Amino acid sequence: MDDDQPLLRVRDLVVRYPGTGRNPVPVAPAVDGVSFDLRAGQTLALVGESGSGKSSTAAAVTGLLRPESGSVRFRGRELTTLPERELRALRPALQPVFQDPYGSLSPRLRVRDAVAEPLRVQRRWDRATGPARVDALLERVGLDPGLGARLPHELSGGQCQRVGIARALACEPEVLVLDEPVSALDASVRAGVLNLLTELQDDLGLGYLFICHDLALVRHVAHDALVLREGRIVESGPARRVCTAPEHAYTRALVAAAPVQAPGAGLGPVASAS
Amino acid sequence: MTDRPLLSVRDLRVTLPVHRGAALHVVRGLSFDVRPGEALALIGESGAGKSMVARAVLGTAPYGATVTGSVRLGERELVGARTRELRAVRGRRVALIPQDALSVLSPMHTVGGQLVRALRSNQRLSRARAHELAVAALDRVGIPDAARRARAYPHEFSGGMRQRAVIAMAMVNEPEVVFADEPTTALDPRNARLVLDLLADLRRDTGAALVLITHDLAVVRGHADRIVVAYAGRHVESGPAGRVLAEPRAPYTAGLVAAVPPEEAPDRRLPAIGGSPPSPSDLPEGCAFAPRCPLADAHCRVAAPDPVATGAFGHLVSCHRWQDVPVPAHTLFSRVAT
Repeated sequence: MDDDQPLLRVRDLVVRYPGTGRNPVPVAPAVDGVSFDLRAGQTLALVGESGSGKSSTAAAVTGLLRPESGSVRFRGRELTTLPERELRALRPALQPVFQDPYGSLSPRLRVRDAVAEPLRVQRRWDRATGPARVDALLERVGLDPGLGARLPHELSGGQCQRVGIARALACEPEVLVLDEPVSALDASVRAGVLNLLTELQDDLGLGYLFICHDLALVRHVAHDALVLREGRIVESGPARRVCTAPEHAYTRALVAAAPVQAPGAGLGPVASAS
Repeated sequence: MTDRPLLSVRDLRVTLPVHRGAALHVVRGLSFDVRPGEALALIGESGAGKSMVARAVLGTAPYGATVTGSVRLGERELVGARTRELRAVRGRRVALIPQDALSVLSPMHTVGGQLVRALRSNQRLSRARAHELAVAALDRVGIPDAARRARAYPHEFSGGMRQRAVIAMAMVNEPEVVFADEPTTALDPRNARLVLDLLADLRRDTGAALVLITHDLAVVRGHADRIVVAYAGRHVESGPAGRVLAEPRAPYTAGLVAAVPPEEAPDRRLPAIGGSPPSPSDLPEGCAFAPRCPLADAHCRVAAPDPVATGAFGHLVSCHRWQDVPVPAHTLFSRVAT
């Protein structure tokens, strides 16, 4: 593998939604000239308020919508002009994880069927080895394979999100597009899910496109950050720098609005745990 | 400001009927006070019974729910009070900013019309006077051009503005206590901050006490005088906000504090509480947090702890092993996934 080549190279991406029936005039682009590189094993955070174009960027990258113009190259292959059939062959490599842990699972599919579904869709399901593979995936995301027989409403939010992650991992992806993966989770399980994502990245060398509006989290888990506003990049750079010494006034406003760590919350330098 | 509580909740229990199996014990003996004009944060995760506390106080617990214990507003007992008595309190003296602020507005009526209705069902006012007050209420929550916006329908408002309109509706009768149920969860950080600041301003201007119901410790910082932490419907820890956040004595609180990403971190991984919160239909015997607690011993698994004073002013903790919780508390939890 060529180390210099990014997994994902996005250039001058423009996404525009058509106007509505009564108002067919095309509106301002949702994404307007966004460019970035994502490397294996790295996390790139997309930061911005609602409506800033984060999710539209993610949808264009995962091939869920066709951008108006610009280029999305995955391992050197241009996705934006690829015929649907070839795109489908590439989709397993670029997998989304959604914000709403319940909403992203079918309420009528048992956990093991939900995890098997991507394999079936990709025609990779093997009746002999499939069930063991599903169990292994569930274990990989920290779930007891015994939960396989449950339905989503019988699980907690954190468990559902782990099922969502297992689904995304089923087809051996290279890039995960994480759309606010922990913001709907309870505070007590958030850290566990984040740690899981960090471990998966370290073990599998996944590239993460991490949509998040919690700057404290971005600073903590992302390598690089991209700040979007009204579809345009206002600032980019190493996540720590962007979150602690923002250059753009808009980023400064976001940083100022972010909740801060309690002074003296007993979280100073880590003493040896004993 | 007196120390006499405005609202006093004692041994509140809410039990919901279910069609199969045992009843759901959602709130299991919670006690706390709300003092005049203070900001109290009620912290817990989904299923901890936070929202049900607010509903029990307002007398709007779901049909079939059993509410026991005591909720006193001044001299008035609210648990078991008759509907007519509750009506005199609800909205007028105790108000609720419901969790899903975006869906509580009626799409069929103008925002101003809904405010007028809230006003006139609680106070004797002429239509014209009520309309004036409604516009003033919208203006006070920072909705620009309030006189014109009052005639608009909810769908013409942005999410942030609808949230403000709902806050205006809760505040319009100048209640003594306002419960805000997860007021910031659906909002991005900038709007969340604006809403919290607005609630703080309104509290200062009107002297109303605020009960902030949330699962997010970060929200609480700077916006609460005192904190009550609940887990699986029971008291875990309570006390002055600064004290509880800086030196949590209950392992659960410690885990929540530790899970907020620190300024400087040696590791991308965070100290994490393992496991999942228990379902109200399947509560463990003894301390509900024991299955996830690194300090739990055999005693914790059979006996649920009651609140004890830590010695610090107003600081109570419900944990058998609170004296063993280390400072800094994050060392209690591992950084390993799962």
